[in-house]
Amino acid sequence: MGLILSEDQLILRDMAKSFCDEKSPVERMRTLRDTRDAVGFSRELWKEMGELGWIGILFPEAVGGAEMGYGELGVVLAECGRVLAPEPFISTVLLGGNAVLLGGSEPLRKDLLPGVCSGDRILALAFQERGRFAPYAVETAATRDGSGYRIRGEKQFVLDGHVADQIVTVARTAGSAGDRDGLTLFVIDADAPGVSALRTEMVDGRNAARITFDNAVVDAARVLGEVDGGADILDPVFDRATIGLCSEMLGSFEEAFERTLEYLKTREQFGVKIGTFQGLRHRAAQMFGELEFARSVVYDAQSSIDDGREDVAECASGAKARCSDVANLIGGEAVQMHGGIGMTDEEEIGLFFKRLKAAEFTLGDAIYHRNRYASLRGY
Amino acid sequence: MASIEAFKLEVRSWIEEVLPADLRVGNRKDLPKESLGNWIQALAKRGWITPDWPTEYGGGGLDRKHTAALRAEIKAVRAPTVSSFGTSMLGPTLLEFGTEEQKLEFLPPISRHEVKWCQGYSEPGAGSDLASLQTRAVLEGDEYVINGQKIWTTGADKADWIFCLVRTDPKASKHDGISFILFPMHQPGVEVSPLKLIDGSADFSQVFFDGARAKAKDVIGPVNGGWTVAKRLLQHERSTDGGSEGGLSGAQKETLVDIVKREVGLQDGMLADPAIRQRLAAQELEAKALSLTMRRAGEEARAGQTARDIGSLGKYRWANMIKSEQDIAMTALGTQGLGWDGPGFEDTQLERTRAWLTTRADSIWGGTNEVQLNVIAKRVLKIPE
Ligand SMILES: Cc1cc2nc3c(=O)[nH]c(=O)nc-3n(C[C@H](O)[C@H](O)[C@H](O)COP(=O)(O)OP(=O)(O)OC[C@H]3O[C@@H](n4cnc5c(N)ncnc54)[C@H](O)[C@@H]3O)c2cc1C
Repeated sequence: MGLILSEDQLILRDMAKSFCDEKSPVERMRTLRDTRDAVGFSRELWKEMGELGWIGILFPEAVGGAEMGYGELGVVLAECGRVLAPEPFISTVLLGGNAVLLGGSEPLRKDLLPGVCSGDRILALAFQERGRFAPYAVETAATRDGSGYRIRGEKQFVLDGHVADQIVTVARTAGSAGDRDGLTLFVIDADAPGVSALRTEMVDGRNAARITFDNAVVDAARVLGEVDGGADILDPVFDRATIGLCSEMLGSFEEAFERTLEYLKTREQFGVKIGTFQGLRHRAAQMFGELEFARSVVYDAQSSIDDGREDVAECASGAKARCSDVANLIGGEAVQMHGGIGMTDEEEIGLFFKRLKAAEFTLGDAIYHRNRYASLRGY
Repeated sequence: MASIEAFKLEVRSWIEEVLPADLRVGNRKDLPKESLGNWIQALAKRGWITPDWPTEYGGGGLDRKHTAALRAEIKAVRAPTVSSFGTSMLGPTLLEFGTEEQKLEFLPPISRHEVKWCQGYSEPGAGSDLASLQTRAVLEGDEYVINGQKIWTTGADKADWIFCLVRTDPKASKHDGISFILFPMHQPGVEVSPLKLIDGSADFSQVFFDGARAKAKDVIGPVNGGWTVAKRLLQHERSTDGGSEGGLSGAQKETLVDIVKREVGLQDGMLADPAIRQRLAAQELEAKALSLTMRRAGEEARAGQTARDIGSLGKYRWANMIKSEQDIAMTALGTQGLGWDGPGFEDTQLERTRAWLTTRADSIWGGTNEVQLNVIAKRVLKIPE
């Protein structure tokens, strides 16, 4: 794709839009949250998305995918972002699915990916061990034991980790926390002995889990990529997942901005529409500018993968640095410009605010990604 | 038209033939005059100062792709580019609003870089509120007689002609009594008095009209209908630079990254100051996002997709980007970036001081930043006033 949507992508967008509007208004996400739904998303809806071919967009036809690109996936993710649909694209497709796709042996891919594409199998990627994103800060240890490994350690913020069938786990087979070398990726069944999950409810109503590995045993055939060389898989997985997350954020930006703009045009104070106040007009113009810039860098990042460019990492960090800042700006301004009503749980704008904050921290905030961009640029 | 690849090859071999070696240094102020003159003549001969204008008006008759290819080739060898009020603002406006006669008279000299133009818009009492301008033009026979004053007129002291906004109907409402008119600067009723800027240069002037004369046939667009023409020209003005990437313009040879690396120093491959490192990364990303956004707007327009008018946004973000680029360079240089003149400073450091000052104007000319935000809120977001 280029910097604009193709005809086919526009058609896909319209389809995704009417699907989401019809089957997944923001209200649905609220209900899942309020009823403390055990799954946290709708398995039925997820399967429908599978039937529509959306889950498998990235995956090869041989495993039931559509073999399309991030341009197409981005269109769907953005529409999900517009309605705050909590279906597990990030955990199952972008993180777990990509790890299997990029690092899995042929048998592993054949074993796991068809179920992913159909919506039957949920995957998670367990990497994070502390609050701030730091991909190599891994202490969870994997020690050789016969034909397999024993895993010990604890992970947090494992998206959809409480319902995942398999947990792709980043563990250390050599070196010490912070080293890029010495990481290995394992595909561990969630119901294996020694694996326990504690669901953590997050501010955005989505699911994450703390996963404890207490001498869980995993076969050597379930290693993704090379032993000690897991970062070679992890880096591109994070880049791709980050870009996909940015596509979703873009949809949330659009919706939060449009709703706020509408409010400026309707709410009256001092006998006039509040949108007549220059202080607010200028800030609305700033938000618009940020939204447009975010769209440009996200589309460019999507094409960096689809066109096989060399600068995917720069694009991923550039896009996430910007989208994290824009999340703060648009989310914060959206609440502020709604005044008191913006602070109520009933008004949906607060749901966007909270989702955007969670997305800001997921896979690294702006500071992290500007630092990484600087490293990639040699300073 | 030749295929793009063939065209590029043609341009390359043409450049080898006509471009003197001492010009391959970018757009600097101190370029050797004779070489520059020869290069401009060579460009003009092929119509390549204004490559996308029709050939009958002195242009190169190239389509968008070939124009872009030509510009890329010229940029690649760091040859100086030729751009002026005439090529970037008046020309495109004339192409749209001029009569055939006006186009044939005024465009070819612009495309040969022979006539220098200046822009007579702002007045002491009419800046952001441009339409409140008071300079009067009264018809006498087939000439207008002009009285009044312009200010901030860039290049007025060197200009041959002026495109000027004048009030031709003082009774009409403020937008409806304005005409867009062209007249020569070298005549008894025109007096130019340069103003010194904070960077020490005297690029702009006050211009006084005391019975200056313009031919009635040199009104562009309808008499009293000049506001529409004026606004379109402003769009061209805003897009002139909105699309360009940063890159410490002017005489500077170093990139911002070079300067910061040198002044701040690297430790383990990272800039020693993490705060400046963050700012530099943000700066590079902003420049990239701006150029992607302008490119995307172009692609949207060509694909016939909802093309929002992105001109004001581009001008606004460009101005901020250019200014913050200088701010970061200044921060890296510290007090060595504060030199004004004389010994104790390298030339590049003195140039930096001046460039930092010069770029403060970028958020003022062509509509201030605040005015651009007003335009976005009103015209793009359509928030009622
Ligand atoms: C380097 C340079 C070159 C220039 N070259 C030319 C030229 O060649 N020809 C020409 O005609 N003009 C030229 N100008 C003039 C330029 O277009 C004006 O300076 C500009 O339009 C602002 O007008 P002003 O200076 O009267 O400021 P004012 O309009 O008085 O503005 C003062 C401040 O008030 C703010 N302000 C004004 N109105 C509003 C509003 N409605 N909402 C919010 N804030 C507002 C402005 O943003 C600014 O911060 C040049 C200016 C510069 C700096």
